[in-house]
Amino acid sequence: MIFWTIVKLSFKSLAANKLRSLLAMLGIIIAVWSVISALALGAGAQQSIMKQISSLGTNLLIVSPGQRGRHGVMSGTYQNLKIEDAAAMLQLPNVSHVAPVVRGGVQVKYLNKNTSTSLLGTTPTYFTIRSFVVDRGRPISDADCDSASRVAVIGTATAKNLFGEDYEWGIGQTILVKGVAYRIIGMLQTKGDQGWFNPDNQIIIPFTTAMKRVLGVIYLNEINLRAVDEKKLDALQIQVTELLRKRHRLRPEQPNDFNVHNQAEVLSTANTILTAMSLLLGGIAGISLLVGGIGIMNIMLVSVAERTREIGIRKAIGAKQGDILKQFLIEAMVMTGVGGTIGLVAGYLTSIILTAAQNRFALVVEPWSVVMAIVFSVTVGIFFGYYPARRAARLDPIEALRYE
Amino acid sequence: MIQADHLIKSYELGGQTVHALDDLSLRIDAGEMVAIRGPSGSGKSTLMNILGCLDRPDSGTYVLGGEDVSGMSPDEQADVRNRRIGFVFQAFNLLPRMSALENVELPIQYAGGFEARQRAEAALTRVGLADRMHHEPNQLSGGQRQRVAIARALVNDPDIILADEPTGALDTRTGEDVLALFKQLNAEGRTILIVTHDLSVARHCPREIYLRDGKIVPSVEHQLAKNFP
Repeated sequence: MIFWTIVKLSFKSLAANKLRSLLAMLGIIIAVWSVISALALGAGAQQSIMKQISSLGTNLLIVSPGQRGRHGVMSGTYQNLKIEDAAAMLQLPNVSHVAPVVRGGVQVKYLNKNTSTSLLGTTPTYFTIRSFVVDRGRPISDADCDSASRVAVIGTATAKNLFGEDYEWGIGQTILVKGVAYRIIGMLQTKGDQGWFNPDNQIIIPFTTAMKRVLGVIYLNEINLRAVDEKKLDALQIQVTELLRKRHRLRPEQPNDFNVHNQAEVLSTANTILTAMSLLLGGIAGISLLVGGIGIMNIMLVSVAERTREIGIRKAIGAKQGDILKQFLIEAMVMTGVGGTIGLVAGYLTSIILTAAQNRFALVVEPWSVVMAIVFSVTVGIFFGYYPARRAARLDPIEALRYE
Repeated sequence: MIQADHLIKSYELGGQTVHALDDLSLRIDAGEMVAIRGPSGSGKSTLMNILGCLDRPDSGTYVLGGEDVSGMSPDEQADVRNRRIGFVFQAFNLLPRMSALENVELPIQYAGGFEARQRAEAALTRVGLADRMHHEPNQLSGGQRQRVAIARALVNDPDIILADEPTGALDTRTGEDVLALFKQLNAEGRTILIVTHDLSVARHCPREIYLRDGKIVPSVEHQLAKNFP
């Protein structure tokens, strides 16, 4: 019998029992729906996080003080990164930029407006390394650093807190940081809240000013380095480590008293974790496909019993075992295929609705997840339809014809 | 057309062995119209199942149209049923939710044949249902349904038409019409076997095979009914 005739026949017999077919398919519909939604959620979150991480630059090394601790007991961080360390790093062959960083939390005041924000003291190179764009006014300059001048570049969120919605007039104004007057020379381009940290809510001042006048520290919180070439990043990481061990006079058996973070490593680690998370989500949802398949098998068994006489008639007029097997297998596949398609559309709509409902990230229905969902649901049809179909195919025609 | 020799078929029933067919031999020539009659339990259903290739004898040979079919596998039997045998049942046994035309097309589709549509239309026209082709069985009367079934039996141009109580579910007049159709088909040269318990049906057939206890025995009634209607 021709394949399409059987497919047409399957649709007909599904349509004859609409409610039952729908209930049988419901398991598959919900399963594919949740698989598609879960994978879209995972993929969307992954893409958004990866974008944030790689926006920091992938040829970046971040050196920070090590955890102080013995035998696994942590007790704060070392205070051992000096400005001289940063200067020494600039002499390494693969380095293009170095930016020392000090951080602190401060109260900022303009007239009667008061806001707390994070303060970042650094050099002009920091703007280059971290792709910070100053789109109004100017960034801090080397001259500002040399003279420890009281100038600040502020983020738009901080500016909004101080100057209101039309904050642009704030450039050139004088604000008070810990009671000392600073002139605003520029504003950062808006980056958007990243969840754990808002880059728009900070003020950036020369590191010399920050260390001497505001925070009163002589150690750095961080040194940012940019490699000449992304491919040289691993080599640079080793060079930096060796340099710092030498400068900190560590003996070979002593562990590092600092950490060197490789941004490319962070990226690939994050990617691995996020992929695993998204597969886990999809896998859990995938189990429901199995449950849906059992529902299909149940209905197919009922259908075979109910249509015993039909099977007998078909056999009497010349249907071979393979013909009957094909008919019921295709019927199961049509059922799961239709269910899968409905679930797919529902999942796709869900991802559109969830994307519209929040503005943090967009859910992404990837093509491979669509293909996988359809392939899996049809496979479930074959797998769980096979036993009932074989039972139908092996019926004795005489018994089947006698069946009431 | 049919040559069956020493057919034996027995069943286990409640610990007892029942000989449904007891060393039965028969020969039916092409173009004959034969009634197979007997009381219930005489083995006529068993004989019909074996002659219809739905079942196999325990021993003995059955040659249908020159082909020995007694030792065939279920799929080979299905193929023989499809090509050589047209079934007509008491309960019509049409598939619901399919039009008369689609029902008649089925045997052609299982044969992998082409021009299914045209051939099915021709068969339905032959049984006088040209204007009912697109009706579903539940929109047809009993007599019409049986005609659809006969068209379905005819459509693959089989060697024999095997009818099991074809008038059993019909009133007398409609039954007569169906038997008249069988006679016409026989007059066109088709071989027809009618299994029945009903003498009034059997007397329409020139020859009767009367069964009792799995054996063929002479039937006086049939001779009488034919000669003195």
